[in-house]
Amino acid sequence: MGRTLMKRAGELAAVLLIVSFGTFLLVSLLPNDPAVSILGPGRAPAEYAALREELGLDDSTLSRYLDWLGSALTGDLGQSVVPPQVDVLDRIAAALPVSVQLAVMGMGMALLISIPLAMWSAYHAGGRVDRVISGGTFGVLSVPSFLAGLLVIMVFANALDWFPRAQWVRITESLAGNLYHAFLPALTIALAEAALFTRILRNDLITTLQEDFILAAKAKGMSARHVLFSDALRPSSFSMVTLIGLSLGRLIGSTVIVEYLFALPGLGSLVIGAADTGDFVMVQGAVLVIATIYVLTNLLIDLSYGVLDPRIRRAHV
Amino acid sequence: MSSSSALLGKRSATEPGSPVLVVEDLRTRIHTPRGDLQAVDGISFSLGRGETLGIVGESGSGKSVLGRTIMGLYTDGPVTTVTGRVTIAGKDVHALSAKELRSLWGADVGMVFQDPMTALNPVKKAGVHLTESLRRHRGMNRSQARARAEELLNLVGIPEPRRRLDQYPHELSGGMRQRVVIAMALANEPALLIADEPTTALDVTVQKQILDLLARLQGELGMAMVLISHNLGVVAGRADRVAVMYAGRVIEMADAATLFEAPHHPYTEALLAAIPRLHQPPHVRLEAIDGAPPNMIAPPVGCRFAPRCRYAQDDCSQVLPVLDPAAVDGVATPGHSFACHHPVNGGRH
Repeated sequence: MGRTLMKRAGELAAVLLIVSFGTFLLVSLLPNDPAVSILGPGRAPAEYAALREELGLDDSTLSRYLDWLGSALTGDLGQSVVPPQVDVLDRIAAALPVSVQLAVMGMGMALLISIPLAMWSAYHAGGRVDRVISGGTFGVLSVPSFLAGLLVIMVFANALDWFPRAQWVRITESLAGNLYHAFLPALTIALAEAALFTRILRNDLITTLQEDFILAAKAKGMSARHVLFSDALRPSSFSMVTLIGLSLGRLIGSTVIVEYLFALPGLGSLVIGAADTGDFVMVQGAVLVIATIYVLTNLLIDLSYGVLDPRIRRAHV
Repeated sequence: MSSSSALLGKRSATEPGSPVLVVEDLRTRIHTPRGDLQAVDGISFSLGRGETLGIVGESGSGKSVLGRTIMGLYTDGPVTTVTGRVTIAGKDVHALSAKELRSLWGADVGMVFQDPMTALNPVKKAGVHLTESLRRHRGMNRSQARARAEELLNLVGIPEPRRRLDQYPHELSGGMRQRVVIAMALANEPALLIADEPTTALDVTVQKQILDLLARLQGELGMAMVLISHNLGVVAGRADRVAVMYAGRVIEMADAATLFEAPHHPYTEALLAAIPRLHQPPHVRLEAIDGAPPNMIAPPVGCRFAPRCRYAQDDCSQVLPVLDPAAVDGVATPGHSFACHHPVNGGRH
């Protein structure tokens, strides 16, 4: 176990190095000149050049990267180059909880929706409900997320007026208010994920339900609910758990569209905004945090396979 | 085995003398995309307490479908059509509601499956397989069920039962797993045990141990047992009576000794001739039955075995022979019946 974790930590470090260097290269290709963002347009070229010199933008990419890396390793992600020159870490610390909450809530709602649907579908495979669910999930998957978000807003915020839109209440202010305001954006995220999970889990459940041990459980007189939840779900959940890991990591940094629709101050909007103004320090810091969360999430998922299936506990460690 | 005495306390409500299992003209039709398949075609027999019926036949003869139809795992519905009657411990299986069936399964009737590698849930500990059934049918609490599960593992001859309870199926050997499957089927002392190819997936030395175990437990618990196998050797010496199945029908049924000594149906005779024998001289060609079993979606009109039968005559392919009691030299041989127009070994109806 200890050795596995050591190996994983090494992998984590390697991935983060590669990701941060890649981001650095990409950001340096951005057409947006931070000097223009800071001073505004229409100044003399010499003024821009002087500022670039001052910001260290004329040094080689590698030496700038090493500078950044040096301070990042001490926990200092630097300051935004564009005014207001706030601390990058502070901005990330403010945006991260929003993104994490959206991703986790969305994922939780997706599971709550998809597990019962997949079970019903698989248990009555080929039946009418199965066909309706199959068609429904396919339909949801083919709707782009901005459209799904607009539909959710139209139905739940405008027509029914059940939930507010375009407001964010921090969890520290009021838990109930926070959940209330996070509901619609989380639902928008959950819809597409739920459709995906339902399809994957349904197919795996159908395979599992044909196993002898399911027949054996039935022949012992166990109820359909017991057979589904206690016997079939765990052996069928591997593909879905893998997907959960990938989705969670992805959602942390890429709920931009949902953040825009609901005017949420998340990581996605932070990165896009920073890239827009050429604030490479901010982009760099945010990408590092997103990549770390992605890798850690998938490490957790890998470890969870052993919990799900006793047969791979020993083989792995 | 001392622990078994505690298990003998409960006996199901079968009156002494009345049969545990009665099967009357049972027919199972499976609907497939290519047409309806008559897997079980009019089978009747009854089985008393402590009795073992062996059912033999080659692959696809319908023996497993028969076992599962008796259990009520195949019911009259969109996928299968079931007619006829199955009575287990006085209950008409196919008239029970889904809920009543679940109370029957695992309590009045238990089932042992062919492959112990797949009949146990890989993510559940051995003990859980036993305790969940005990808690469901007997309303035991966690610790009662666990104590009882340990007793059951001891009963089926698993050493260190307490340690085994907490092991996963992949940590047990094949023979040990099959013992757990048997313990699972016997957990609530059913009146009837259906063993569907219980030893086919095991190696030969373990096969004998498992068959001996089944025979011992049957004696101790007084169960009726249906022992399904494609292997005549498994059934010989373990079954009181043997039914030979071919293409969904029982073509001959007799007590085991009679069947093996003087079979009347050419198929039974051919099956017996196909068993390799150790005292045969080397390099002698092994007897085999030519051809393949009929397509059960469109079975032949007359005797299903006629196309492969060396004694077949014209009437065989026109009139389906029925299972009638046998007689030799005008004297009825009780318990022996066969379905053939041209029987062998002096058999007559």
